[in-house]
Amino acid sequence: MTQELTFAVIIIGILHSGIRLATPYLYAGLGEMFDQRAGVLNLGVDGIMLMGAFFGFYAVYQTGNAWLGVAAAVLVGIVMGLLMAVVSISFQAEQGISGIGLYMFGLGLSSLLFKTMLGTVEGVQGFSELKFQITQNFSLYDIPIIGPIFFNHSVLTYGAFLLVPISAYVLNKTTWGLKIKAAGQNPEAADSLGVNVTTVRYMTVILGAALAGLAGASLSISLLNIFQENMTNGMGFIAVALVYFGSWRPYGVLAGALLFSTVNALQLWAQVLNLPIPSDVAVMLPYLLTIIALAMPFRRAAQPAALTRPFTRGDN
Amino acid sequence: MTNSNLLPSGLPRIESLEMRNITKRFPGVLANDHINFDVKAGEIHALLGENGAGKSTLMKILYGLYQPNEGEILLNGQPIEIQSPTDAIRHGIGMIHQHFMLVETLTVAENVALGLKSPREPVMDLNAVSARIVDLADKYGLQVDPKAVINDLAVGQRQRVEIVKALYRGAALLILDEPTAVLTPQEVEDLFVIFRQMAKEGHALIFISHKMDEIFALTDRVTVLRDGKVIGTVQTAETSKRELARMMVGREVIFERDKKPLPPGEVRLKLENVNVRNEAGFPILKDINFEVRSNEILGVAGVSGNGQRALAEAIAGLQPVSSGKVIMDGEDVTHLPPAEMYKIGFSYIPEERMHDGVIKDFSISDNMILQDHDRPPFSRGIFLNFKAIEQHSRNLVRAFRIKTPGLKTPVKNLSGGNIQKLILARELARHPRVLIAAQPTRGVDIGATEYIHARLLEQRENGLATLLISEDLDEVTSLSDRIMVLYGGEIMGIVDADAVSIEDLGLMMAGERRMAPAG
Repeated sequence: MTQELTFAVIIIGILHSGIRLATPYLYAGLGEMFDQRAGVLNLGVDGIMLMGAFFGFYAVYQTGNAWLGVAAAVLVGIVMGLLMAVVSISFQAEQGISGIGLYMFGLGLSSLLFKTMLGTVEGVQGFSELKFQITQNFSLYDIPIIGPIFFNHSVLTYGAFLLVPISAYVLNKTTWGLKIKAAGQNPEAADSLGVNVTTVRYMTVILGAALAGLAGASLSISLLNIFQENMTNGMGFIAVALVYFGSWRPYGVLAGALLFSTVNALQLWAQVLNLPIPSDVAVMLPYLLTIIALAMPFRRAAQPAALTRPFTRGDN
Repeated sequence: MTNSNLLPSGLPRIESLEMRNITKRFPGVLANDHINFDVKAGEIHALLGENGAGKSTLMKILYGLYQPNEGEILLNGQPIEIQSPTDAIRHGIGMIHQHFMLVETLTVAENVALGLKSPREPVMDLNAVSARIVDLADKYGLQVDPKAVINDLAVGQRQRVEIVKALYRGAALLILDEPTAVLTPQEVEDLFVIFRQMAKEGHALIFISHKMDEIFALTDRVTVLRDGKVIGTVQTAETSKRELARMMVGREVIFERDKKPLPPGEVRLKLENVNVRNEAGFPILKDINFEVRSNEILGVAGVSGNGQRALAEAIAGLQPVSSGKVIMDGEDVTHLPPAEMYKIGFSYIPEERMHDGVIKDFSISDNMILQDHDRPPFSRGIFLNFKAIEQHSRNLVRAFRIKTPGLKTPVKNLSGGNIQKLILARELARHPRVLIAAQPTRGVDIGATEYIHARLLEQRENGLATLLISEDLDEVTSLSDRIMVLYGGEIMGIVDADAVSIEDLGLMMAGERRMAPAG
């Protein structure tokens, strides 16, 4: 009896963590998906996430207002995105290299700011979990099994999941989504029909970076409520991989995010439960999965044809 | 009947459009030099000129892709500003580009809707778009399915989508930039029917081309450009192919080739029962038997994709021969690699010149010695002899009249005709005994074509054995002594060039007739 109960608790725990940990992957991955659909590869996601995580954390640390943290993270994301856009779209720098540069910049600056402005690892009161109190005595959290898995997350986590259908709608049903897809597939054609390819790419890169900033904040003011140097541990790079994994589709990114976060949750629980797996191997799992996922012959055809290709009018 | 000033699409006609004194300078080039050009409703006006004459620049100015340095554009007598394609579209000017401007992963309706405001902004209204596409398609006799994805459409259908796209945007004037470049003859005829009907209903059409036959089949007036200037505007019905060619090139162009009768010499190249399979194991050449003699050009005719490329590559050693023999000068060379073939007097002008013929980022000099760079006089031991290389390149550039700023210029900066001359110069300078020339004048302007033909005939007189592979029937019939037709990887017949009719060649190319070898 106790055995079964413990087992159920573990499964619930893993699923709950899986959903929770998908939050940063979703924000960063969906943002990167927009970039790439418009033809821009931004490899600096991890650096933007770190900057978002720091500024989000610092705003909450100073004001105690979690929403100000979100605003700060989005704002710093927009600034980083603008930087990426100027370098890679206006100056047409090699996108892979400028992205790596942006990553190192974000990594270095967030560490420096952490050391000079905070010095030690502190905690804040970020977003708390919503329990969906319906009446005095009943909340959705009280529903057996389903409650503890689905109705015990912060507003940022729900926001991340809500962003999936919103992204799909924007991409497939709006004129803006059509322009994004055209800019990433055949920018010359888009230009010939009066679509301003440069504007479309600027907007998507900035949007993607704002979401990456939010992804960082979701770590520092919602999931963990602390800031540490390099706290993303390469999550931003996994988010880029998720876009490939998900064949440049919002629901594909969702599937990838859930897979990775669940594997992550598994390895955390494996450590908690002291399973006879070396912790190094457990920590390696998500990255190993990344390599396997990317080595598989995915629908390469789905890749935007003009990805990483700068656009100049009349240059063909 | 509705107002006759309206087009079937319901939009007003462009009665006249005039470009006055248009001048456009690029660094180092005067692309358009005080050009005057006009087109009227109901007219198809051809813009003719060699590559680089300034046709595309002029039309890109009209469509707002370039800004002119001088000049003005008048629409129905009123001056207008065209700063961008959006402006052009607003004024009723549409353009069908040489390369399709379609997003291949999107549907027809999405391609049409792209860049337009939706009535339900920011949400698309594809049903409304589709309904209007069907309506336009009915009025103009264009068959298109709004829900089809571009990737699934044939080339001819894609061209129709381009036309619908322009009409949907209210195009009263259409710029057609070499719209037939990738179409089959049947698709071209269908397209011309549509163009003629559009003109009849009051559209103004500008037709850019360098194909004479199409100009005579379709247009009312012709304006010829050369070196950025208008040479003249003439009524199509009152001119001739010869006159237009002279205006275009600036001197008399000889369409008839001076092919001296020569007795064929010894057999230089012989194929015996050659079979070739592709990577999937499917036969692409079946039992090929023929010979090419000294002083002879053997033409290979056929619709592209019927084994011509495999034939050239099998002889060159680029494609493995699964059975049979390739014999050159009596020696079995079936399995010799390309480098060995080059050493024994074989030369090859490949059909994909930018891909297989040159290294486009390398200089002219480097490209001139690609096969022979490791042999004297171009190298001594492990060192290149730059003096000899430069001397050699300079001589060839002069002898073959290759237009280039210098010997160090990367080949990619040359025009197609000059690149082809470079390849020809390199191959002929090697004094080959056997030459394969595959599509030697494809995409090359009239002047360069004339020159290349003259050089091939000159080499024939000097004893060269040439296998000429070409899709251009005029080229094959005017240069060759004998013509071989390939269909589905098989030889349909080898006939005397002087004795065969174009009709017979056409039937053989379609696989409907076999003819016994001549003699």
